[in-house]
Order: sequence, then C-alpha cells, then structure tokens
Amino acid sequence: MIYFDNSATTKPFTEVLESFMKVSSSYFGNPSSLHQVGGQAEKLLSQAHAQIAKILGVKTSEIVFTSGGTEGNNLAIKGIAMEHRGRGKHIITTEIEHDSVRNSVKQLEELGFEVTYIPVTKDGRVNPADIERAIRHDTILVSVIHINNEVGSVQPIQEIGTLLKDFPKIYFHVDHVQGVGKLPLDFYRYGIDLCTISGHKFHGLKGTGALFVKDGVRISSLLSGGGQEGKRRNGTENVAGMVAMAKALRMSEDLRKQKVDQLRQILGTIKSGLKQIPEATIHTPETNEAPHILNFSLKGIKAEVFVHALEQEGIYVSTTSACSSKRNAPSKTLIAMGVSTDQAESAIRISLSYENTLQEAERAVKAIQNSVKRLREVMK
Amino acid sequence: MMYDRILIRYGEISTKGRNRNKFIDKLRKSVRKAIEEFPNAVIQADRDRMYVLLNGEDGIQVSDRLKKVFGIQSFSPAIKVEKDIEKMKQAALALVNDLFSEGKTFKITGKRSDKFFELDTNGINHEFGGYLLNRISGLKVDVRNPDINLQIEVREEAAYLSAETIRGAAGLPVGSSGKAMLMLSGGIDSPVAGYLSMKRGVEVEAVHFASPPFTSERAKQKVIDLTQKLAEVSGQMVLHIIPFTEIQQTIHKQVPANYTMTTTRRLMLRITDRIRERNGGLAIITGESLGQVASQTLESMYAINEVTSTPILRPLITMDKTDIMDIAAKIDTLEISNLPYEDCCTVFVPSSPKTKPKLEKVQHFESYFDFEPLIEKAVNDTETIIVKPGMGQQLEEDLF
Ligand SMILES: Cc1ncc(COP(=O)(O)O)c(C=O)c1O
Repeated sequence: MIYFDNSATTKPFTEVLESFMKVSSSYFGNPSSLHQVGGQAEKLLSQAHAQIAKILGVKTSEIVFTSGGTEGNNLAIKGIAMEHRGRGKHIITTEIEHDSVRNSVKQLEELGFEVTYIPVTKDGRVNPADIERAIRHDTILVSVIHINNEVGSVQPIQEIGTLLKDFPKIYFHVDHVQGVGKLPLDFYRYGIDLCTISGHKFHGLKGTGALFVKDGVRISSLLSGGGQEGKRRNGTENVAGMVAMAKALRMSEDLRKQKVDQLRQILGTIKSGLKQIPEATIHTPETNEAPHILNFSLKGIKAEVFVHALEQEGIYVSTTSACSSKRNAPSKTLIAMGVSTDQAESAIRISLSYENTLQEAERAVKAIQNSVKRLREVMK
Repeated sequence: MMYDRILIRYGEISTKGRNRNKFIDKLRKSVRKAIEEFPNAVIQADRDRMYVLLNGEDGIQVSDRLKKVFGIQSFSPAIKVEKDIEKMKQAALALVNDLFSEGKTFKITGKRSDKFFELDTNGINHEFGGYLLNRISGLKVDVRNPDINLQIEVREEAAYLSAETIRGAAGLPVGSSGKAMLMLSGGIDSPVAGYLSMKRGVEVEAVHFASPPFTSERAKQKVIDLTQKLAEVSGQMVLHIIPFTEIQQTIHKQVPANYTMTTTRRLMLRITDRIRERNGGLAIITGESLGQVASQTLESMYAINEVTSTPILRPLITMDKTDIMDIAAKIDTLEISNLPYEDCCTVFVPSSPKTKPKLEKVQHFESYFDFEPLIEKAVNDTETIIVKPGMGQQLEEDLF
C-alpha cells in the first residue's frame, strides 16, 4: 500500500501507540484526584504540556489541550469573539480556510459579527496589504491558515504578524494544522496570539490537539465545566492522548530536521512525472509551497474516478480535502484561486509524510501515467 | 541576519579591580552554560569585552539566552571588519539595508579607541552617513530618535559594526560571591529571594522542609519544579529536602499553640544552619518581607533570629507583595507557586499565631524539651538532589 493522503490523517507511530496504551492502563487516574494515582496522571499531563511547549518554543502555560484542529480553531475564534465582543465585532479571515474556521466565523456572522474574507492570488496566497486595508477600528481578530490543506500554498504569516504588531488590540490566530512538523513557525517573533495544531496530522491520535494561547490573551471557553486547562478547556483531560501527542510531536520534529529536504525531493519527483502528462494541470504554486502537498487536475477525468483507479493499484490519494471529498463539492480554495469549476471538480491531492519513500513516488508516477492512459480511452 | 558575533559588555565587574579575572572567568562559564545548545559558538574574553563568535549559529536564539545571564550589562550583535574604509562601508551598507524599510530613520554613532585611524569620530559619522544616504533611497537622518542606530567602533585590532544594544540582566556572574542556603517553601517569595541573590553572584543551595503525610508528594514536586526554574539561571541547583514531620508533631505537643509558629521557624533555621555548615555556605537566604505575615514582624524576626549568628539575607525585606509577584512572573515561578498544595507551614499554622512573640517566652517553652536529637536525625536523613533545568521528573522516560 502506498498511502498518499497524509493531510487527511496520518498513521500513528508505533511508539506513540505504545505510550497511549501504557498511560491508559498504568496511569489511568484523573489528574484532578488528590491521591497518588491522580498525582501521577497530573504529572504526566504537565510533562506533556512542557514538552509540547518546549518544541513549539513557547511557555507551558500557553498550551491548552483540545480534541483536535476543529476544536482548536473553534475555541480560538469563538473564544476571542465572545470574550472581546464588547470591544468590536469585526473579524478578518481568508477565502481559503479550513471549514472549521470558515464555519466558525459564519456562525459568528449569524450572531451579529461582521467578517471580511480576504481573496488570494492565483498562487493561492493572500496579500498582507489586503489584510492591512481590511482592518477597521472594531476589528478584534485576524485568522489565517498557515499551509492550506487543499493546495499546499504557504501564507505570509510573518509579514501579517509583523504588520499586526502596529495594532496591539487585534488578536492573530493561525491554523497551523498542516504546518506543524513540516514548516515551523516562530510564534513570538511572528506576533502570533493563538495557534492551532492537531495530533492526528503528525502521527498522533485522532481526538488530540492543542491551542497555543499567548500569556495575557483572554478567551472564553466553549464548554463549561470543572476548570481544567486553566479554565480554558473544561472536561477531564485525555492524559494518554496528550502524552502520545507530545511524543508524536517530538518524533515528527526530529524527522523534519533530518528529512524535510528528502520530502521535497519526493514531492518533486511526482511533480516532474505529472508534468509529462498532457492532461495534467498542477495547482500547487511553484513558490511558497508546502513540502508535502501536491494538487493537480487531469483534464476530462473525474476526480472520484481517478481516486478509485489509483486505489486499484494500491495507491491512496484524495479529492481535495477529506471532508469535502464526500460532498463532491469543488475545492473552495481552487475556486478562490480562479481555477475553473471544471478543473476544480477534477482536482486530486497527494499529501506525503516522512514515512513515504522515493521508490513509492516513482511507482506512483508510473501508476498515474498508466491510469491516465487507460482512462483517456474510456472517457473519450 | 548577517552578524557574525555578539559583543558583550561587562556589568559592574569592570570595576572590580583585582578580582576581575575571577569574575570574567565566572561570566565565561555562565555564558558557556547558557548557550550550551549551540556547539559551534566560541567565546572570546578579554579585559573589557567578551565576544561570542557565532560560527553559523542563530544569532537571535543566542541573544535570547544571553538576556538571562547575570553579569552582562548589555550586548550587541555585531560584525567584525578590517579597518579599511571601503570594506567598512560595504558592511555598513549591507547591515543597514538589512534593517531598512520604507520610512525608517538612522544615525551613526562613531567611536574610536584606535587614535591612529584616519577618521576621527566626526569624520566617521560624516563619511559613513553620506555614503549610506547616497545609496539607500528613502533613508533619512534623525539624530534624536533614529530607528536604526549604526554604531561603528574602531579598535586596535579591527572595526566593529552593530545596530542594536540589548540590555542584559546586569548583576554579577553566578558563583562569584560565595555560597548561601535558600529556605525554599512552595510560596511566591522564596524563589524570588533566591533569584535576586543569584543576581548578586551568590551560589544558592535550596533547603525545603517536608512533612508527609501532612504535606503531599505534589507539594514536594512543586518545590522541585521551582528549583528547576532557578536552576535555569545557574545551570544546576542542589536541593536539600528535610524530613520534618516528627519535629512538627513534637512542637505541637510541647509548645502552646500561639507559640508553635515561632518555635517551628527557630528549628527550621537551626536545621538550615546545620546544612549550611556541612556544605560550606556562608549565609542563609529567606523570602521574608516585613510585615507580610505573623512570622515576618520585627518582633518575630528578633525571636527567631536568635538561634544563629550566621548572616541572614532577606532580599525582599522592604518589597511590596505586588513587586515580588511581578518578579515571580518574570522568572516563571509565579505560576508554579500558585498551585494550591499544602506546604508544611500552612498545615500546622495555629489559628492565632503571636505576631509579637517574646524571646524569653519562647526560650522558656523550648527549655522543657531537648530538640537536639531530633534536629540531628532530620539533618542526617536529609534527601539531597541535584536539580538540572529541563530534567524531566519523568515517571517513565520512554513515554515521551
Ligand atoms: C488546515 C486544517 N485545519 C483544521 C483541520 C481540522 O483538524 P481535526 O481533523 O483535528 O479536527 C484540518 C484537518 O482536517 C486541516 O487540514
């Protein structure tokens, strides 16, 4: 099997599963319990906080554990909106956000907030100047995705953060779900106030994630409860999941340091292979692109058909993002980039992890070329 | 960032005459420890300057570490160039270009300790100012409040260019003032007292009193965590944990309730003094702040202090609680101190401790019981651990 759908989810590392099992069985206590069993669980939880904070280069108190990217994005956006709505009700985001951001601000629109959606260039990138122009006196939040999950375009986070430093009352949230372990961000230097990551995107477990909330930034919690995670995320903590995520992050960062160039090389091999297919159009930009995501269309071949054709060869790819693939809607990111609906509907996404190899890429290129040849005949 | 070195200006140690070499040596060790993670960086020290040669290491990260090192007055990322005007100009241009963006202003601060250099201070300012104005369009001069202050310093061996002066933590290099024992509770004050002592060059060892089961494992862990934070300043810290349960129970039985607090403090001080003696310390540090609680009135201190003639350093004595908390927040101990576990002082606190205890009375109450064997036993059963920063209090290493 060649698994090329790592932006949808990754396979948990064996070592990560071992940690999860071990903590779940030996340290099952509730961190809030006073006795030793609880004490040990609490110790593990605080160690997980400390390790994740250290790797991300922030303070332990700034890490709030969540159930994943969707929750992190909801908590950041609605948490800021609810806490600071007295000051203003204007939010700025982009046209290429993940649904968990897009639909969070949509929901806030229903509650009387106003949202400005910044468009992207044909390279799938926002222009920081457009964000600056959209700022109003009542703007409280700017939320921008780091690496777009559909096409892999990288947004100018540093530039946006830098220009926002002139507006100290506007909070800056970054959806870093696809970036973590691939392209690190310097949270402090880039002026980031809130930042979302999700465990299952870097070989941790589903249902685990973290939100960075900079010291001094107040957010409302979404779930009312017993005051866990500094009152920002109530509910008994998923200790085993968080220990597992801390380990997954450490291992992913180690791999990034050794293998990110190799990852680009593997992606490059697939890209070169695609360029030899006349029907292929590559949507992922040539510059400011992620090391692990490649999006392309094959003229005249429906995306769904192609996904199944490759599946027959034991190669697993996806039609744009996992969530929109079932609904059969064209990628909003591609539409925002000005790609035609036709093309957008036939878009395929390949997304890699450090576990993929050059051999797999070479095999995949052959399989893609053969499948196109076969389908070309049928589709005519 | 094109800087190749960081220039470090010494704090007060420049004035320390004969001890200068010792101070420089301690500072070099502190710097070494602080930038341990950057193996390519090389430290060069001379009588009035220290340089960290980056050799490809990240200057911004190295700067971040240097901010915390005591004994540094200020530092500047810098480039070294030959004393050749053309070469200096090229470097100046590259440096300012790097920092310049639309609308920024600059000035040049020339300095020359090499009296034979062809330009004097004014000449340097003129020559380089004109050169940069000609080559960077949009660049303007502002001598009062420049965005970029390009410093060009011509010394015997070379010229140094820098554009930023970053304030250091000041103080004296850790370990340059001898050793003292810090009485470390789990509260907000004592870690701050330890930190401020380290700032004056004291090598600190921590002493903590634990009374299980009245105090929990978590309270002890909290103290280890606090020690770990302090160890970030000095590289490592010794922590002595004194088993105190038996003594506390005895005090409870032997001394009237309103005097238990005074006796408890006196015994803690006696034990700490014993530990100090065994470890070659010269003083005891406490987090006392005048009038903050019953044990911190002058009457209390008078009654407690009587048990020893060892100097007791009280760095916080005249500080307000809010100021102490500000420092605690800055050194990252506040959050840990605020965790709610009982420590041995809170468990046995009587409902109305004497705020003005009388020395004769406390001596009288204590005279009915010989605490000496219990003290000896506590000192002998002390658990001593060496705490290092980042040292996981890990249950099982491989979980992470
Ligand atoms: C960019 C981005 N943000 C957020 C999410 C949501 O994360 P999760 O699946 O952990 O809820 C995803 C993944 O689907 C994503 O790719």
